[in-house]
Amino acid sequence: MKARNSRSTGITKGWKLTDLVSTTQRKRRSLPESWFAWALIAPAVIFILVIVAWPLLETFRLSFTDARLGGESYVGMENYTDLAESKKFRQTIVRTFYWMFLSVFLKLILGLVGATLLNAAVPGRGLFRVLVMPPWVIPMAIGMIGWLWLYNGAFGVLSGTAQQFGLIDKAFEFLAYKRSAFYSAVVADVWVGTPMVTLFFLAAMQGVSRDLYEAAWVDGAGRWYRFRRITIPQIMPVIVSMALLSAIFTFNSFEIIWILTEGGPRSATTTLIIDTYKTAIGNFKFGEGAARAVVIVFLLAIFSLIYLFFLNKVNKHYGVK
Amino acid sequence: MMDRYSKLQIVGIYAAIAVFLTFILLPFLEMFMASLRPLEHLFRSPYQFWSDDFSFQAYRDMWVTVPLLGRYILNSVFIAGSVTVLTMVFVVPAAYAYARLDFPFKSASLGMFLGVNMFTGAVLLIPLYRVLSALGLLNSYWAMIVPGIAFLIPTGIWLLRSYLEKIPVELEEAAYVDGASRLYTLRRVVLPLAVPGLIVVSTAIFIGAYAQQFLFAITFNQTREYQPLPAGLFEFIGYQSVTWNEMMAAALTGVLPVMVIFLFLQKYLVAGLTAGAVKE
Repeated sequence: MKARNSRSTGITKGWKLTDLVSTTQRKRRSLPESWFAWALIAPAVIFILVIVAWPLLETFRLSFTDARLGGESYVGMENYTDLAESKKFRQTIVRTFYWMFLSVFLKLILGLVGATLLNAAVPGRGLFRVLVMPPWVIPMAIGMIGWLWLYNGAFGVLSGTAQQFGLIDKAFEFLAYKRSAFYSAVVADVWVGTPMVTLFFLAAMQGVSRDLYEAAWVDGAGRWYRFRRITIPQIMPVIVSMALLSAIFTFNSFEIIWILTEGGPRSATTTLIIDTYKTAIGNFKFGEGAARAVVIVFLLAIFSLIYLFFLNKVNKHYGVK
Repeated sequence: MMDRYSKLQIVGIYAAIAVFLTFILLPFLEMFMASLRPLEHLFRSPYQFWSDDFSFQAYRDMWVTVPLLGRYILNSVFIAGSVTVLTMVFVVPAAYAYARLDFPFKSASLGMFLGVNMFTGAVLLIPLYRVLSALGLLNSYWAMIVPGIAFLIPTGIWLLRSYLEKIPVELEEAAYVDGASRLYTLRRVVLPLAVPGLIVVSTAIFIGAYAQQFLFAITFNQTREYQPLPAGLFEFIGYQSVTWNEMMAAALTGVLPVMVIFLFLQKYLVAGLTAGAVKE
């Protein structure tokens, strides 16, 4: 910007008329760049402040009250001490992290396998790439209606096929037992998340320079070696950032569990988000719900900070940016 | 040469792709199969893969069983469309500022936007409920549109910013030297050049807006006539006698609008969304 101004004055030197014009123009433009920039982002900033930031602060305030439908009064740390003493809540936290790590791990593995397959130079890969995307595009709630049917014991294809092959001898309701309901929800979550991970990995793999592979190939490196020593290090920053993004999504995942099991059976699929929703919206205990929401925000913030630190190291290690 | 596979390897690759795609597409296939089965054969135990009386009857009956189905689908499209237009109104100027201008608190404010992505509506539901109630927006389309916009603004800014950065800055400088104001330059020079990017970003926002309606709808809206499709269908699942074949038919019909848009634009969409993953 500065360079441009000096250039234009340089040209107009000695030209009285144009000099005059450019002076008035400069006056019209005298609005500083930062004001203009702030005017441009102000609507978005104000909107986010009202709809996200203020409710967030209000959540903090509510977490120190016993807000219910009837009213609210200040109770200090009571909601938090209750949570700290609750064995059930501790189990929920452990379950949430188990849910998150398992699901993210599976998404990354499947995404890596899927991207490698879709990156293979075989006819039809353009079509295959499109076919991977539907779970990402459609509303999760609709996809979960499909999974509800798949997991149905009497009429679903999974239980039905397993019976025909003699793996089980009678109908199996996937969502009726604690353990199977949990893992069924993980599979459904992986199903929703895998397409995005796959496509990002694929894009990253396509961005790796062919020269590297050719050089390795000339030196006699096999496919597996090239994958391990070129592909993986080259796309590592994308792997790490997808891991973080998926972790946040999975941690916050609500619709999948809510539609499949509503957190049941006997809390087997109750993650922090589900617990918060049930407490606040289901039972109208706004204060206790808010305390849970604050715990979520706190955990996510810590988690993200650790991760960003880690990402920085990875980027440095692999010499990116 | 490097990319040549032996016959055995090709068979292996296709087999693995088939397994992978089966996992991805199985729910859709099952939904479609279920939608074709007459109700009495749907509840047939043990499970039979093939019925000899497939029909499209459910696609006709569903409009009667779920009387508001057409309305639900229209609601979904309307809400997603409104969210898209309004989000773009917020996103375009902001993305331009982040792409081109330098100002105090630039990275801090951008960080705030991206921080929004860390939360979902579920964490903020309680006070958000009160905000919407104070603004008198509960039980209206706005109850689903307003929070929808808030959670899509960050993604929109992020995507459009990286697109705008790729437009050569010389064109703006030329307009500027000719005496055009900043706003005029943005409107008449930058935006026309950014049309492909605007289409990609608004499509991504539309898909996101179509997908995220469920939580806001079941929490902030009790008016049945305003419900979007996922919430409308979910209400029926709780009923005693769910006509599952019609439910599946309705679900598949309801994703058609977004699938059609997606199929037309998928190439640009994927390229635009994954742009950040590719090294320059």
